[in-house]
Amino acid sequence: MAQIKPRVSVKYAENATIVSFVDEKILEETDIRALQETIMSVIESASGGMNMILDFGNVRFLSSAVLGLLIRISKRIYERDGRLKLCNINPKIYEVFKITRLTKTFDIYDDVDSAVDG
Amino acid sequence: MTSRAPISCTMNVASTLTASEAVCHLIMAMLDESGFSKEDIFAAHLALEEALINAIRHGNEMDPDKEVKVSYSVDSEKFEVWIEDEGTGFDPKSVPDPRCGDNLYKPNGRGLLLMCSYMDVVEHGERGNRVHMIRYRNKPSVVHGVPKTCR
Repeated sequence: MAQIKPRVSVKYAENATIVSFVDEKILEETDIRALQETIMSVIESASGGMNMILDFGNVRFLSSAVLGLLIRISKRIYERDGRLKLCNINPKIYEVFKITRLTKTFDIYDDVDSAVDG
Repeated sequence: MTSRAPISCTMNVASTLTASEAVCHLIMAMLDESGFSKEDIFAAHLALEEALINAIRHGNEMDPDKEVKVSYSVDSEKFEVWIEDEGTGFDPKSVPDPRCGDNLYKPNGRGLLLMCSYMDVVEHGERGNRVHMIRYRNKPSVVHGVPKTCR
């Protein structure tokens, strides 16, 4: 598993690239910008459309700026004919997705295994 | 619930995201000490974070010469906060609903919706550069997409 400093870990599985957020809180603008650069570089490094899974298992708090980041990531992946799935979302964070109706926009799975299979 | 004397405080905060983070941390620690539930603290944190970022980024436009005035009070019934920036203000009614149509796919514009969803009262001053929010203790946390009081 590749550790990308300091906020995500990336695991290249057979059918998917699994990006796990390391931090409990994702808030600061600089953090979000760094996350965007890191994740976009993972997307760009793939030769074709990629199946990316974002694992929120460690995340306990996020702001609306993170939702914006997810939208930008999903657009980039879809432009490259890939697929984005979210998983392991804490109930309080899931509530934020429901309120903003982003549950309609994103494919959300209970855990990494079901996201890989889905 | 911990029984304590009401707490109130006013501070002037620099227009930086680091200062905003410090204020959130301070107020959340105080709510924790005052016996607010984890649900209340999550809600207040999210709303405060969004309101401060709006004030710093959109109100004061990150101008280092401008400050955000933050006043808050905590008593046995509620957490109450006022946030005022030095910007020209905005009309909250002009903010499009981020849940509708193409807005759903836009990266911005969800902060106000989250504030209104997680707080029991969200009121903007006439000029639109001041917001007042209340979170009552022990209330159902969220009415999905239907702010209780948001104007």
